[in-house]
Amino acid sequence: MVNPRELIAKRVARFFNAGELVNLGIGMPTAVANYIPASSGIMLHSENGFIGLGFTPLAGVMEKDVVNAGGAPVTMVPGAACFDSGQSFALIRGGHLAATVLGALEVDEKGNLANWMVPGKMVPGMGGAMDLVAGARTVIIAMEHTTKNGSPKILRKCSLPLTAVNEVDWIVTELGVMEVTKQGIVLRELAPGVSVQDIQSKTEATLIIPEIIGCMEP
Amino acid sequence: MNKLATKEDVFARLKDGQVIMIGGFLNTGTPEALVDILIEQNIKNLTVIANDTAFLDKGIGKLVVNKQVARAIVSHIGTNPETGRQMNAGELEVDLIPQGTLAERIRCGGAGLGGVLTPTGVGTLVGEGKKQIISEGKTYLLELAIKADIALIKAWKADKYGNLVYNRAARNFNPLMAMAADFVIVEAEEILEVGSLDPDQVMTPGACVDMIIQG
Repeated sequence: MVNPRELIAKRVARFFNAGELVNLGIGMPTAVANYIPASSGIMLHSENGFIGLGFTPLAGVMEKDVVNAGGAPVTMVPGAACFDSGQSFALIRGGHLAATVLGALEVDEKGNLANWMVPGKMVPGMGGAMDLVAGARTVIIAMEHTTKNGSPKILRKCSLPLTAVNEVDWIVTELGVMEVTKQGIVLRELAPGVSVQDIQSKTEATLIIPEIIGCMEP
Repeated sequence: MNKLATKEDVFARLKDGQVIMIGGFLNTGTPEALVDILIEQNIKNLTVIANDTAFLDKGIGKLVVNKQVARAIVSHIGTNPETGRQMNAGELEVDLIPQGTLAERIRCGGAGLGGVLTPTGVGTLVGEGKKQIISEGKTYLLELAIKADIALIKAWKADKYGNLVYNRAARNFNPLMAMAADFVIVEAEEILEVGSLDPDQVMTPGACVDMIIQG
């Protein structure tokens, strides 16, 4: 069995095409960068103010003021461009991002997303997440299918405060790939060894099962 | 024109209860020396407008730990547990604002605009109590301009007139804030003679800057 995070990251990386601008959120989505080769022609946007996010530098060779949105040292690829926070979010809201990849606490069958607070418990703030989800042309959620104690995260209706309404397009988990449509959540691919019954039993929303379901290749 | 200033000149401008914009994004592009002056002088009851409250031992985080902030207008507090603790204890008021909306509200403040229409936050807690405007079938929130008494800015290079150049990801909120406050104080890593910066390189025009100290 492949490591679930690796499976998710590899699959998400295959959504993108040469020439596209993509933003990867903090946490699991960041791992997607490991599967986007420099030769792919895909450019990564870093909301703290540049396009052209590259690999983590070797220890001791970090360039001053070159960090990602989590404050960690990164590199800039050839063709990178720097800008201020106003332009960074103009790029985001203005539809210039082909896609954004974010984690989630909850997603529901209307494409609603909750990922910024748990009232009374965890209130880190939304940072750039609300703008990313409202502005990117495609919103991809990359997350583990259930919570740590096994409760579903893909719900009929989100219970936590929302990050955005009707914006999620795809959900990629270690069990499969799902597309959010007007009719509901359609199961598009299953991970190796996972059955329709397996994935449905860990999902509160009722999945729409098409005639042909692809294999989520590792 | 020479705007080079001393620490004492900066002290004289800072007062309890001021609204202060501070540039930076987590650990990058924050005027640490200017923040240290606020701490040395123990200026209290501040309203701080910034992207985030950084870390316990960095930048704006130190002001929070030292209990100098009464209200924080920011997009993120998750990296500084003390901000959350003070917020839950009712010691610190926190306004959480989507990062792009925060940037635009500051830009409006410096650009003579009353506000901006954004799709960000529609249908969420952020939209509650705000005016909605529908244009060409799409719903937007009206987000109003914000301004400050003082902006504390971190530049890489400054000439003595105050023309500024920022480095890499240290630019972030700095150019926006340098337009949106009544009095703008810059901490620069390198201070140059007027005329040494190519006008095409300048990111913040010197006309916006009131004071410069060596960072």
